[in-house]
Amino acid sequence: MSSGDMGVTGGSTRTRRGSPRARRSSSGEPAPAGLGTTTGEPDLVQLLTPEGERVDHPDYSVDLTTEEYRALYRDLVLVRRIDTEATALQRQGELGIWASLLGQEAAQVGSGRALAAGDMAFPTYREHGVAWCRGVDPLQLLGLYRGVNQGGWNPADHNFHLYTIVIGSQTLHATGYAMGLQRDGAEDAVVAYFGDGASSQGDVNEAFVWASVFNAPVVFFCQNNQWAISEPIEKQSRIPLYQRASGFGFPGVRVDGNDVLACLAVTRAALARAREGSGPTLVEAYTYRMGAHTTSDDPTRYRLASELETWRLRDPIERMKAYLSRTGLADAAFFDSVDADAAELAAHVRSGCLTLADPDPLSIFDNVYTDPDPALDGQRERFAEYLSSFEGGGQR
Amino acid sequence: MTAHTLAKALNEGLRKAMESDPKVLIMGEDVGRLGGVFRVTDGLQKDFGEDRVIDTPLAEAGIVGTAIGLALRGYRPVCEIQFDGFVYPAFDQIVSQLAKMHYRSGGAVRLPVTIRIPFGGGIGAVEHHSESPEAYFAHTAGLRVVSCSNPVDAYFMIQQAIASDDPVIFLEPKRRYWEKAELDPSMRPEPLHSARVVRPGRDVTVVAYGPMVRTALEAASAATDEGRELEVIDLRTLSPLDCDTVVASVRRTGRLVVVHEAAISHGLGAEIAARVTEEAFYSLQAPVLRVAGFDTPYPASRLEEEYLPDLDRVLDAVDRSLAY
Repeated sequence: MSSGDMGVTGGSTRTRRGSPRARRSSSGEPAPAGLGTTTGEPDLVQLLTPEGERVDHPDYSVDLTTEEYRALYRDLVLVRRIDTEATALQRQGELGIWASLLGQEAAQVGSGRALAAGDMAFPTYREHGVAWCRGVDPLQLLGLYRGVNQGGWNPADHNFHLYTIVIGSQTLHATGYAMGLQRDGAEDAVVAYFGDGASSQGDVNEAFVWASVFNAPVVFFCQNNQWAISEPIEKQSRIPLYQRASGFGFPGVRVDGNDVLACLAVTRAALARAREGSGPTLVEAYTYRMGAHTTSDDPTRYRLASELETWRLRDPIERMKAYLSRTGLADAAFFDSVDADAAELAAHVRSGCLTLADPDPLSIFDNVYTDPDPALDGQRERFAEYLSSFEGGGQR
Repeated sequence: MTAHTLAKALNEGLRKAMESDPKVLIMGEDVGRLGGVFRVTDGLQKDFGEDRVIDTPLAEAGIVGTAIGLALRGYRPVCEIQFDGFVYPAFDQIVSQLAKMHYRSGGAVRLPVTIRIPFGGGIGAVEHHSESPEAYFAHTAGLRVVSCSNPVDAYFMIQQAIASDDPVIFLEPKRRYWEKAELDPSMRPEPLHSARVVRPGRDVTVVAYGPMVRTALEAASAATDEGRELEVIDLRTLSPLDCDTVVASVRRTGRLVVVHEAAISHGLGAEIAARVTEEAFYSLQAPVLRVAGFDTPYPASRLEEEYLPDLDRVLDAVDRSLAY
């Protein structure tokens, strides 16, 4: 594991010769975000090249059965299909907004499948692939985006916490949960998901401090998708994000986030490390947000089509398909069956979404407190009377 | 029965809570070895160990954020924020995360987190050590906000707050930490979310909480020299408000003065005035008056005696109320 050896030395501040943003503005057009650092990047853990070739890594490996390889491919395809369907539902007005994971399937499936049943995941609002791996029905994800609830599921049902929208807040919850595991003597671990933008948040940095000081069994899984809405990674960091870990006193590793096998291997290793009491790890999954930030965003205003094309060649699903085909681990019949499963899942998502009814107006008052609140009950009563004073009970 | 300072009563209450529930944890800056800068957690780490009384790094969002995680795992963390003015770095964690998780989860998640905050002025401290942030939290749905004013309440209310399945902001009147009272741990406490008439009177109702309760009581004593009987109510619970107790009193006296250290505008006094006006309009003989801090930042400590409501300012408001 690449640990603190990538020393960010104390002298780094003296070598600055101007900010990257000054350089960028003087050149007139933005450079493709972060691409330069991947070429020949010695620290990038990769087990499957964009062309679908298996490569060895000195520290990480996976040894999967045929069925397991196939299952990973199936996950990738199904997760993308959920995403495609949800984006379409937003375009049809059935969802208010959707945050697409397009391009990040391998990072999410690889890390999600590394989790054991007792492990706990703390997602952002884009971890639809992790949710899938945890067994959360995709329909449950839609409630938030359709506006019929604000999360809806019980985190304990699948050890998958509620989506968190305020950037980075959940990393502290994850760390606290991990401290609870320590006190319980449990052999489980925690994964905290966040993105490159969140790496600038105080909460994330505080979570690093806490996890380090208390040696908490937590894996910080950062999907560096290169863009925080319109802000490229250069606006968040002058050094590769995984190198930040060394300053906090725990290992950091950068993995090819479009390589599901590498993401699985690296996350498994980090979880094992957490379980054996060796503390936190920062995993930077180097990937790309192929879609807009959300359906409300227009990335053509801030990034080049050529950048997208470059990353399209690194597609996480295509490389897995090439690997399975070339090695004979799967045949056309298998790929057809996955496509059929995807079509069935899409139908479930589509028809299920349409049945997510608007909640009762008086449910506004539910679950504010665990005990009845007389003042709030009064407000509910008066609002009910007000509604019923209209013809048809105030239904809009 | 033993005489306890308010700080010691809190200490005893925390100890009791930790003894009766192994899931109760204490976390904060200097709460362990030092026992807290006000010694409220004195001796607890020695007796309960470092896993249950946790000296944390110095970052308030981290304290509250990790407390949320511990609560998700089934613990009952009690966070100490060292001073009122230091709670703001934790604002997102308190207001957006802690307060809303039960609601967002459709009732599936409960976060029994207590956040203790020594609040208010009067100790000659430097800036950011004398603030009254209660309105921010009382304005936030999902939080319970309470304040004790005396050692007996301190002992029982801290245990009730910890036992609550809702998150509780527990405001401690820091300048009253060293005041003493007889404490009988075997007595039966009143419900946490109830106000109490601490001195009956028929002329004017004076509502206060936390450090201002004693000020209101002193004003009531002084008022007797002028033949006036003030009814003093210790609000105790700021959210939910126990408005019934206040309204019942106003129906008897017809006059209401609300006292708090926090700035006058948009504070608890404004809310109480609005509710009493709605519920007891025809009982009022005078407008509801507020005695409070000014709409300025908390001033330098040499000026705090001018800033803080005191006996004379309370009586001035009483005079104005009775003049209607």
